[in-house]
Amino acid sequence: MAQAAAKHGENHAHGHDHGHHDPQELKVLGFWFFLISDVILFSVLFATFIVLRDNTAGGPVLSELIKMPGVIAETFILLTSSFTSGLAVLAMNQGKVKQLISWLAVTAVLGAGFIALEVTEFIELIHEGFSYTTSAASGAFFTLVGTHGLHVSLGLIWMIGLMLQLKKRGITDVTRGKINVISLYWHFLDVVWIFLLSIVYLMGVM
Amino acid sequence: MLERLKEFASEFFVTGDPLIYGADVAIGITMITIVAVLTYFKKWGWLWRNWLTTVDHKKIGIMYIIASIIMLFRGGVDALMMRLQLAMPNMDFLHPEHYNQVFTTHGTIMILFMAMPFMFGLFNVIVPLQIGARDVAFPFLNALSFWLFFLGAMLFNLSFVIGGSPDAGWLSYPPLSELSHSPGVGQNFYIWGIQISGIGSLATGINFLVTIIKMRAPGMKWMKMPMFTWSVFSTCIIILFAFPILTVTLALLFLDRFAGAHFFTLDLGGNPMMYINLIWMWGHPEVYIVVLPAFGVFSEIVSTFSRKKLFGYKSMVFAMLIISFLSFFTWAHHFFTMGSGADVNAFFAITTMLIAIPTGVKIFNWLFTMYRGRIRMATPMMWTLAFIPCFIVGGMTGVMLSVAPADFQFHNSYFLIAHFHQVLIGGVVFGYFAGLYYWWPKMFGFQLEEKLGKWAFWTWNIGFYVCFMPQYAVGLMGMTRRLSTYGWDTGWWELNFVSTIGAFLMGVGFLFQVAQIADGIRKYKSLKASADPWDGRTLEWSIPSPAPEYNFAITPRGDDVDEWWEEKERRAKGIYPPEQPLEPIHMPKNSAIPFVMSIFWFIAGFGFVFGWLWMAILGLAGVGICMIARSFSYDTDYYIPVDEIKRTEASLRGSV
Repeated sequence: MAQAAAKHGENHAHGHDHGHHDPQELKVLGFWFFLISDVILFSVLFATFIVLRDNTAGGPVLSELIKMPGVIAETFILLTSSFTSGLAVLAMNQGKVKQLISWLAVTAVLGAGFIALEVTEFIELIHEGFSYTTSAASGAFFTLVGTHGLHVSLGLIWMIGLMLQLKKRGITDVTRGKINVISLYWHFLDVVWIFLLSIVYLMGVM
Repeated sequence: MLERLKEFASEFFVTGDPLIYGADVAIGITMITIVAVLTYFKKWGWLWRNWLTTVDHKKIGIMYIIASIIMLFRGGVDALMMRLQLAMPNMDFLHPEHYNQVFTTHGTIMILFMAMPFMFGLFNVIVPLQIGARDVAFPFLNALSFWLFFLGAMLFNLSFVIGGSPDAGWLSYPPLSELSHSPGVGQNFYIWGIQISGIGSLATGINFLVTIIKMRAPGMKWMKMPMFTWSVFSTCIIILFAFPILTVTLALLFLDRFAGAHFFTLDLGGNPMMYINLIWMWGHPEVYIVVLPAFGVFSEIVSTFSRKKLFGYKSMVFAMLIISFLSFFTWAHHFFTMGSGADVNAFFAITTMLIAIPTGVKIFNWLFTMYRGRIRMATPMMWTLAFIPCFIVGGMTGVMLSVAPADFQFHNSYFLIAHFHQVLIGGVVFGYFAGLYYWWPKMFGFQLEEKLGKWAFWTWNIGFYVCFMPQYAVGLMGMTRRLSTYGWDTGWWELNFVSTIGAFLMGVGFLFQVAQIADGIRKYKSLKASADPWDGRTLEWSIPSPAPEYNFAITPRGDDVDEWWEEKERRAKGIYPPEQPLEPIHMPKNSAIPFVMSIFWFIAGFGFVFGWLWMAILGLAGVGICMIARSFSYDTDYYIPVDEIKRTEASLRGSV
């Protein structure tokens, strides 16, 4: 991804950036560093969850409440949305604005579907007596999964903003850089979810 | 109605302490004065255009340093109040609760709101100049980082007069910092002040990593980079890996306090030890974050004032990178006594001792650089020389503390206090002072007169030893930290009294520095600095003082570590670089968004502090709107035309 983005930066290098470096290339590198910091952020939340997950203080145990069908559906939806965001970048590289916007729209709809399922899951858990303040374990669970959900939700708002900009300005060096960055972000959220699926859900029910 | 208002005000404002009433009056008078002066001289527009909305890295750097010096004053006054309370047994100057607040804010302010911004100030002013760049990679983000730091620091300081200060120590260990033990808003001020400025610090780390990786002058390979830039690079790596840990840790603590979670509480499965592990996973690397740039400063100064190439350049670079790696494997030495077990303690004892090796390598490199050098004793060099013995003693007591069994004796005693003040003042503060004196002419275009600077140097240094050497002794005699009073029977009072005298001497040193700067500002016209007042070696000395907003009219080359020195030698031999035509320069436009967005962060933070959700949501919505506004703005840069560059260069140099 980054290589493709960097290559593009070279091909469309600005005609007059005297001594200045391609700003889009800088942004993509900066975004990679941001993602590293986000990896650390999630690592700390994972570590906290692993340390605290058995500290249920006599309250409900997460592994007994997990409903795998819902989780698997969430997984498929998010993986598909990562794929469609890839298709969006492909369309962008072919210069097809309309196709690009529609793939982004599909991605956003899938993302919204994921959030809807997650919220439903949360509400069910709370009904079962496993709420945020029940125990250290429940708080750690909601914080970890919720932080991922918050990331996805912010990504959705961001994506809508970018679709509006694409409508107005089409594919330019600047919008191309922005789409490359959000696509990186979206794939990253997908990777984080795989870890959530394995550590929180699969290791919980197995 | 009036009764309720009165009740609210008595909870909202801190009351009942004459010291705080005094501070209220002082703050009020200062604010009125600032507003009056700005209005009288019609400077509001100037302030807005030149400072509040600037994206120029040099101006941002200067603002960081000014803010940091103000915080040094506040943290210093905290320190003097503590020393006054401890000067004699059974003193009744500060009550225990007030004393707790004072040592908490002293530690927090000195590390996070004094050392960090001072460091970022030096980063900002110098790094782009040293690597031959026009700006940092993300100028807008850079301005945002500054304003986040500044408003975070202001939010923290507000606790002094509104709501009450935090009092659970500079790292806010639970359960002391939990709602059960600290029901007031002080801890919330702590969390949000640090959280907001911490986001800025992380962004600065990323910004400078990209700047150093991508924006070096042509020819400047990795092993040609000036040593200060190397120190910034290794520091930014630590920031990138350490600061997200702090962000999460404080967020979790806040969720405990605000949303009723149980991460670190004593009940319902919470684990306070988890917090202590996490906070030190950030906190120990943080120590190296603030000290590595000081090492970079010393390297530049030793080389310049010895008129010699830095000895062992490569070993310096590797030492720095090894320190930044090892810094992540030492955190548990902060709680050897908390029952981690012998294996864990042994591991962390060894990694802690290992750090002494690269540090020792650096000390020897500085000594060998001075060996047979033609040394000049200007103030930057004096601070550097003072640092070396100070850091050796501080380092050796550090190794003493790192011996886990021995630490059971020293733990949380004044021996520890003396150790970390010796490395943090001797390393960090001396280093940044040296850097400030060294780069002062480059920042402001005039030189400071040395006389008052030397007075400051000697009072600071003598004061330092008088203050902290007795603390080692009193620590071994059993005096523990965070103690607000003690009795005559302890036998500690003589040493404490001497220590207090030393602290006040350092305060006098600070006053000398203020006088030196004030004197310099008064006479700045007669003290005008040349482009290269110290006969420097790196690229920042090749351009006028102060640097023009575009830094380099023509992109320089960086083929050698001491590129400017080599260039001067070549010129002395009559070899001049080929004439290059000037071209229009691409620059970022000023923006009000960083300032406005940080104000919204402040509003959100204030809302969270008092649990006023409406205000927090309002603030966060403002932040979101600012982000969207930035994303939708495309008109963010401009070109400086050739004519204007010619005019600027001519007025600065006399010719192009």
